[in-house]
Amino acid sequence: MSLTIPSIHYLAILPVLILFGGAVVLLALTALVRGALRTTVATGITLLAAAGAFAAGFFQWANIDRYGPSTTIAHAVVLDGFSVVASAVIAVSLGLATLVAHDWFHREGVRGAEYHILAMATAAGAVLMTQANDLIVIFLGLETLSIGLYVLVAFDRHRGASSEAALKYFLLGGFASALFIYGAALVYGATGSTNLSTVSYFLGTNVILRPGLLYAGGALLLVGFAFKVAAVPFHQWSPDVYEGAPTPVTGYMAAVVKVGAFAALIRVLISALGTQMTTWRPILWALVVLTTIVGASLAIVQRNAKRMLAYSSINHAGFILLGVWAASARGSAASLFYLATYAPVVVATFAVVTLVGGPGDERHTVDSYRGLARRQPWLGAALGILLLSQLGAPLTTGFYAKFAVLAAAVDGGGGPLALLALLGAAIAAFFYLRWTIVLYAESPEGAASIPVPRATAVAIGVGVAVTLVFGVWPGPLAALAQHATVLFTS
Amino acid sequence: MNVPAAWYLVLAAVLFGIGSFGLLTRRSALIIFMCLELLLNAVNLTFVTFARTLRDIGGQAAVFFVMVVAAAEVTVGLGIVVTVFRRRSSTSVDELSEMKG
Repeated sequence: MSLTIPSIHYLAILPVLILFGGAVVLLALTALVRGALRTTVATGITLLAAAGAFAAGFFQWANIDRYGPSTTIAHAVVLDGFSVVASAVIAVSLGLATLVAHDWFHREGVRGAEYHILAMATAAGAVLMTQANDLIVIFLGLETLSIGLYVLVAFDRHRGASSEAALKYFLLGGFASALFIYGAALVYGATGSTNLSTVSYFLGTNVILRPGLLYAGGALLLVGFAFKVAAVPFHQWSPDVYEGAPTPVTGYMAAVVKVGAFAALIRVLISALGTQMTTWRPILWALVVLTTIVGASLAIVQRNAKRMLAYSSINHAGFILLGVWAASARGSAASLFYLATYAPVVVATFAVVTLVGGPGDERHTVDSYRGLARRQPWLGAALGILLLSQLGAPLTTGFYAKFAVLAAAVDGGGGPLALLALLGAAIAAFFYLRWTIVLYAESPEGAASIPVPRATAVAIGVGVAVTLVFGVWPGPLAALAQHATVLFTS
Repeated sequence: MNVPAAWYLVLAAVLFGIGSFGLLTRRSALIIFMCLELLLNAVNLTFVTFARTLRDIGGQAAVFFVMVVAAAEVTVGLGIVVTVFRRRSSTSVDELSEMKG
């Protein structure tokens, strides 16, 4: 008996290799260097890895342009435009979040490279999720991402809330993962494979007489994903975790988990279970309505900025789901565009929240923002723009992103659904505007000015620049998302 | 004696049910933790049973991946439980109430 090793197309897994390699190199360095490694070195290596993963995307894109999308490693990993763009978004989020974390480390007096190692490993997991063409590979990527994040959430040892949030995240996240993999097992039983292409082929060529097993499996997969992206009614963990986690970590996870989980969700629903569309679309319909409206409504009553942003991110998850609901190339492209624009904005928003939080990461009431824009016009204006972008104001990327998913939904026959989602956006607009007004309110007496370290300033600047440049001129990015998804569906 | 495959599937579903029930109702973080392991092992049993009925090696291979992931989860999970325990000398999840809203 001979063992056949599947052929590996190394270019396809290059971003994963770079990110994971970076983590391993840094891990080895911490063991070799006497005493704690300097944060600057760790940050430098992480930024290099993020840049490398981003650059690898160009080579991958060129390869896809020439040879078309391909699968490798026994069809378990796919290389297509969709995965390249999603991976690039993850690399950018990693880079920006690392810059923010760098200054946070100095402020809090934390040393060591554990954060950076885990950040790179989780990014590798998220990238793997965007490329996975097999339920087991999705599971592995999901767990690489989640297990690293459990530790990152618990990173701030000085605050009890941090480890508390980590325990909650771990228990509920573990439950979600178990539901997901049980769903994978049932789909495997119903179709005879965990490979998404094979599942799709099987469902396309066979009539399932007793679809109970397949439906149960699909439902469990969907619930697992809904937990991970914090869709209502599976969102309860998210505000606590967002509040408890160190603020730079919150920004990072808000961006990266969404990109990874939604990329995998789109692949599972559209490419594997596309033939079962009539079954899963009504479920998604309900999820979209609940997620957009409940997320926005609960955000209004929050006093804590981080919790407010947690509910706001739930609201955004609803909009991204709307693009998935459309179940078309246009819808997937709109979701991808939404993710690509939302990720840098949310990382930059949490960067400002990190700065305002101050030493000890404690000042997170909305009142801490009173008059910020009057004391520090640049910082205040930056946060104002980021909030308006999340609101979906014209001339920011948020506007075009919301417009694209809504248009795709209407195109897919979801007029009423689009209206309900708009209602959610209108409710959300209330608290974004309230927050923005607080920024420009009269500054309270004796309010100290907040130091803005250089690296964080760069991260915020990039976030604002992305939202403004692509907000005024969304063409190239939208075309890229569209092009990427065309390659994905063919 | 030949036990039909369906029984194994039912057993796995029952184990998964017990695990979920325990996870949602018990108060001690450690017991919840054990329930989590039960869930993953129920999944493993399902995979193996299907691998047997489908005569496909893929399901058995999947079990190894799930086992590795379960081991990694235990390592990290216990670390987090210990951190929380050091702070409060209790592993009851009822006392995790620092954050509300």
